[in-house]
Amino acid sequence: MADLTTDFLGIKSPNPFWLASAPPTDKEYNVRRAFEAGWGGVVWKTLGSEGPPVVNVNGPRYGVIYGADRRVLGINNIELITDRDLFTNLEEIKRVKADYPDRAIIVSLMVPCEEDAWKAILPLVEDTGADGIELNFGCPHGMAERGMGSAVGQVPEYIEMVTRWCKQYYSKPVIVKLTPNITDIRKPAAAAMRGGADAVSLINTINSITSVNLDTMSPEPSIDGKGTHGGYCGPAVKPIAMSMVSEIARNPETSGLPISGIGGVTTWRDAAEYITLGCGNVQVCTAAMTYGFKIVQEMISGLSQWMDEKGHTSIQDFKGKAIPNTTDWQYLNLNYVAKAVINQDDCISCGRCYAACEDTSHQAILMSDDRVFTVNDDECVACNLCVDVCPVEDCITMVALEPGTIDTRTGKVVQKEYANWTTHPNNPSATAAE
Amino acid sequence: MNSPFTNGIAAQRLDADALAENFSDLHAPLDGHEAAVAADRCYFCHDAPCITACPTDIDIPLFIRQIATGTPDAAAKTIFDMNILGGMCARVCPTEDLCEQACVRELAEGKPVEIGRLQRFATDTVMAKGVMPFVRAASTGKRISIVGAGPAGLSCAHRLAMLGHEVIVYDALPKAGGLNEFGIAAYKSTNDFAAREVDWLCSIGGIEIKTGMALGADLNIDDLIQDFDAVFLSVGLGGVNALSIDGDDKEGVEDAVSFIRDLRQASDLTALPVGRNVVVIGGGMTAVDAAVQSKLLGAQSVTIAYRRGRDAMSASRYEQDLASSFGVNLMFNAQPKAIHGNGTAAEIELEYTSTKDGKLSGTGETVRLAADQVFSAIGQTLTSDGGLKLDGRKIAVTNTGRTSRDGVWAGGDCASGGDDLTVTAVAEGRDAAIDIHETLMGSN
Repeated sequence: MADLTTDFLGIKSPNPFWLASAPPTDKEYNVRRAFEAGWGGVVWKTLGSEGPPVVNVNGPRYGVIYGADRRVLGINNIELITDRDLFTNLEEIKRVKADYPDRAIIVSLMVPCEEDAWKAILPLVEDTGADGIELNFGCPHGMAERGMGSAVGQVPEYIEMVTRWCKQYYSKPVIVKLTPNITDIRKPAAAAMRGGADAVSLINTINSITSVNLDTMSPEPSIDGKGTHGGYCGPAVKPIAMSMVSEIARNPETSGLPISGIGGVTTWRDAAEYITLGCGNVQVCTAAMTYGFKIVQEMISGLSQWMDEKGHTSIQDFKGKAIPNTTDWQYLNLNYVAKAVINQDDCISCGRCYAACEDTSHQAILMSDDRVFTVNDDECVACNLCVDVCPVEDCITMVALEPGTIDTRTGKVVQKEYANWTTHPNNPSATAAE
Repeated sequence: MNSPFTNGIAAQRLDADALAENFSDLHAPLDGHEAAVAADRCYFCHDAPCITACPTDIDIPLFIRQIATGTPDAAAKTIFDMNILGGMCARVCPTEDLCEQACVRELAEGKPVEIGRLQRFATDTVMAKGVMPFVRAASTGKRISIVGAGPAGLSCAHRLAMLGHEVIVYDALPKAGGLNEFGIAAYKSTNDFAAREVDWLCSIGGIEIKTGMALGADLNIDDLIQDFDAVFLSVGLGGVNALSIDGDDKEGVEDAVSFIRDLRQASDLTALPVGRNVVVIGGGMTAVDAAVQSKLLGAQSVTIAYRRGRDAMSASRYEQDLASSFGVNLMFNAQPKAIHGNGTAAEIELEYTSTKDGKLSGTGETVRLAADQVFSAIGQTLTSDGGLKLDGRKIAVTNTGRTSRDGVWAGGDCASGGDDLTVTAVAEGRDAAIDIHETLMGSN
């Protein structure tokens, strides 16, 4: 059976599934339950400076986006960092770590951008015996208004500065958690690296308003008739997060920088995908908040089964395997030509492919009087929309044309050689093919 | 107090509570969440097969999407646009043979979108509010008479009223509704739904219903043509075919249509008598409704005897299985030969049949079943044709309901073409109304 043991920055955990810094990791009770359920590690809910803790709203903290049958696709939250006393948290961390030495415990931190503030809290964290810290430069709501969270994460110079302080005053691994609420994720990642970060974790939540109450005209969640943007997470954000992870993994400047992948990990498959894009482990929150801690059992068994089927004996075997295949548009092979093919045995004649293609694409699907749907290769550009909207899995597939055959749409012979936009005759700045 | 084992034909075989339970809603309505989940299964097919399969061409994917997005009132409007009796059709349509059979998810998974129940969800929502989502056009000054206040007549009346005409609907029976009121199983139309639907439908205005007026007795075609700008006949099939076998005059031999009607109109089901051993002759929905309701009234043994095979039965397989689930025995390839008993039915003698070259004949082998009550459900007939040209045994009509006589349209079970279904009658009434309107207003 596959070995799921993970070594991330020298921090060992029995599996790559960590709970992200969030409500599920706010206190000892929850974290013990998580470890009993089988989670490999937790990032403790963000601690702030000593003194009166922050306060949370006393109305709803979460908004939601539903799919069919009230399936949670995305949640946004306006909860702040821990609203419990710093020393209560530290004592609990110390106790739990002592009882679960084989699990990873990372402490998330958010204090003002002043050296003294970090200098004060880091020894206290060091004393807990926790395995490392994660710098919360990501929360986009509330704390950002006070110059912390994403307000720091949006300024690479601050990231670098604070990271450097942490490396100076703390002996164990420092993970920098990045906000996605920026234009180019490579910049804050590079700044963290310059500051000496051992790893980055991403993404934190995305600025969002999940819905507006059309009766009260208030955004949800609504506090006494008013709402504010919150942080969006859950399955809906996974594509955005994976793109950002891949950007960092592909960037020569940050290539090799360890990454903890976060954003919509709901099943083993999501985790595997993040790992192929270079992540050393993943962090989970929304799935646990939706279904409870037990879901980790499916994640463990699923990842294990898939690894066995593929012959991977460890996480390292497939880590980063998709990075070489993640490229820029300009390097995609323009000589690759595919056509949609509809399997008539599987087709249930719903006509969604026809409606999508006829109304919004290339008029490449033909419909007969008796509802037989076929592809007109003369028009098909292989856009894949028919595949995407077809309710039957694998009923429509994209089949590549063999080199030497004629693409009836263009009348041109399909070339065997790879050729991309950089050498294409229509590209004004094309360079001659070598 | 009697029991299912009491001999002969007797009332009160079950107590009032059991009867109330037996005759409650057969298929409970969907609640809001169930409807949302059911609606979400719809694929919103292009040129959807379910629409094609619906005799009234309801835009089913659209109304389901309207339910899914939280606007059941808009969904109901989509339904009522095409089928003003969408509430009853949601209860009685053989959806398993129509829209739900055509549903691509039936093909894909053997589990279609629950179109009928979703339609009921939408129509019930609007009707519970007492809202009539249509308003009448300005008065045209035209007057139209309709004979027969069943589904075809009511559908025609509503559409004509909406278009601005004055409509008078006559019916031979003491209440409007036709088969909706008198002819379908009680558990499909609970809480007096048929009567409430008539009241709701008439709330558009411009429709006057006159009961106790029968064609051939109180009304005649010539006078109607004289007095009105157009006439629509939707008299249904008022006669029942007789068994015509030895002993069919014995006590306990009855027609199923009367039994169903009496049951529907009964105010106290404990007072309604039913046999201990009931045999129903026939293969349609009337046979199924009579058999199942006999069982629900407390008959110990109920058998449907049909002279042909299962596949030839006009009641759907779904309805056959429903009957079986209530404990009704289905007997195929058996035709009635004689009823035995001393003045009162005691046994029915059936002869097995076989079909050769499409022709049915008795094999000579017979079997006797205990039968203190025998219901005949072997078809109904036109009682008054108004002197119009017939097509077979029904009034001949064009696809918009025109009869052989100018100014006279017909639709529903009395007219040729289409299946004898509520939904088909609604479509025919609606289409005739549109043709009458265009004819009277000179646009046709």
